[in-house]
Amino acid sequence: MHVYLPIAEMSVNIFLILGMGVGVGVLSGIFGVGGGFLLTPLLFFIGVPSPVAVGTQAGQIVATSVSGVMAHWRRGNVDFKMGTVLLIGGIVGSTFGVWLFALLRTLGQIDLVIKLSYVIFLGVIGALMLVESVRAMMRTKSGKGGTGRKLHEHNWLHGLPFKMRFRRSQLYISAFLPLTIGFVVGVLSAIMGVGGGFVMVPAMIYLLGMPTSVVVGTSLYQIIFVAANATFLQSYLNQTVDILLALLLLIGSVIGAQFGTRLGAKLRGEQLRGLLAAMVLIVCIKILLDLIIPPSDVYSLSFPSGIGH
Amino acid sequence: MISAPRLSHMVLMTAILAGLAVASKARAEPLIADLSDHLVAITTGFTGTELLLFGSIEEDGDVIVVVHGPPTAVTVRRKERVAGIWMNRASMTFDEAPSYYYIAMTEGATEGLPLPVLHRHQIGAQNIRMIAPQDADPAELEEFRSSLIRNQQTHGLYSTVPGTIQRRGQRLFRTTVHFPANVPIGTYVIETLLARNGEIQSGQTTPLFVSKVGAGAQIFRIANSFPALHGILAILIAMAAGFAANWIFRKLG
Repeated sequence: MHVYLPIAEMSVNIFLILGMGVGVGVLSGIFGVGGGFLLTPLLFFIGVPSPVAVGTQAGQIVATSVSGVMAHWRRGNVDFKMGTVLLIGGIVGSTFGVWLFALLRTLGQIDLVIKLSYVIFLGVIGALMLVESVRAMMRTKSGKGGTGRKLHEHNWLHGLPFKMRFRRSQLYISAFLPLTIGFVVGVLSAIMGVGGGFVMVPAMIYLLGMPTSVVVGTSLYQIIFVAANATFLQSYLNQTVDILLALLLLIGSVIGAQFGTRLGAKLRGEQLRGLLAAMVLIVCIKILLDLIIPPSDVYSLSFPSGIGH
Repeated sequence: MISAPRLSHMVLMTAILAGLAVASKARAEPLIADLSDHLVAITTGFTGTELLLFGSIEEDGDVIVVVHGPPTAVTVRRKERVAGIWMNRASMTFDEAPSYYYIAMTEGATEGLPLPVLHRHQIGAQNIRMIAPQDADPAELEEFRSSLIRNQQTHGLYSTVPGTIQRRGQRLFRTTVHFPANVPIGTYVIETLLARNGEIQSGQTTPLFVSKVGAGAQIFRIANSFPALHGILAILIAMAAGFAANWIFRKLG
């Protein structure tokens, strides 16, 4: 059964889209990640124009984060003060990102920038996760329990001015730090069509030194607003949000996430992280190959007055 | 599925035949052609469609049908390898290139037609007219132009080989015109030409409208006419969907 996507201007098999949603939903349930960084490349692979894939994903992320943050909120795992500071950076960042997106699109370089960003971020994060999980697996094999990590390291980052107290995160740090992180992740979310959780979460743990318990909830809380801003601006400036596609993906992914969460509870942590790392690296390599292998036709078309093919 | 349109085509042909019988007594038209439908409606389930083009000629000759989609600006970009990565470098923008082009003809219709005639009536993909940039190098221009045509052919928007027009007896002809799922919206012009003795004897143009209808059309219209409203709606729908998903699964446990 085919459905015509009004903004992507293409006809797709409805079960393929639902299936992709379920697949990524299962993964996001298992690993506790948003899955945007896997879903957006999958949309490229089935031929959705990359601007539409990115714009649509922003909408889909709003929905998944709203759904996700509720559970964390009930458990009190959201640091609203920290989330709001990150959010201010994020709004500025995603606004800048969408503007940059429109500029790159007129220059004909948007495809390249989106794909290069994916290669870089998926490559770095996949490699880091792989190393970390292999180390953890070796530790469990040799029988030694992990030594307790210090809450966070103190370095020059803690010497910056405009210090703020974040009670829920038990931190007293410069507001510049979360503002900058929020900004960078905001730019990424606008350009790559991701929530940015996969950058935000490690940054919160390792750069800010936030306790792990509040990281996911706080990250989801600020992602809702950053993604909403990106959705609005992508729609307003670029007309690239396909709400029908977003809804189809969403239906699949919420169903998948429920199975994923149950499956995830049965699997071991470091093996999970190793699996996720391998998957991230595979997607990264696939996108990289697309950039390196000579294209079948070096000429391509774009339509300045409308969405291309 | 197949028999219903076939039947309606037959009814149409019969109607036309009857009409022609009356018309030919009154006044001889050298060429009459029409479409089975003047509207291609892109609905939510649209996967492409076929229209029947049919007509009759009063004299001997060949029939050529050319379908032009609404003209649009097209930017052609060429990738070059930079530091191991293929990126877009040179580009050229053509104005008023047809967004869709289809050609069909009776067998051997173009034999004996001189090049200027083929060019004037845009017969064959290589003769498609578009406005090229003024200051471009001629060799480069040709390269970009032919790449535009080749790319559109790959997307199924320009025909590669002319379709065949079948004859029914001496006077009647028919052909099907295929519109793929990615067909651009707008007003199309269908030119039916009668060729004889190396020139075009007469021609007729028929309009065709390709438009989105139904819910998809509304979404598209809102997205383009009221982008801010569409953005806010998209966010509200997404948030509602998120709340709904959370609620449903909390109920299910």
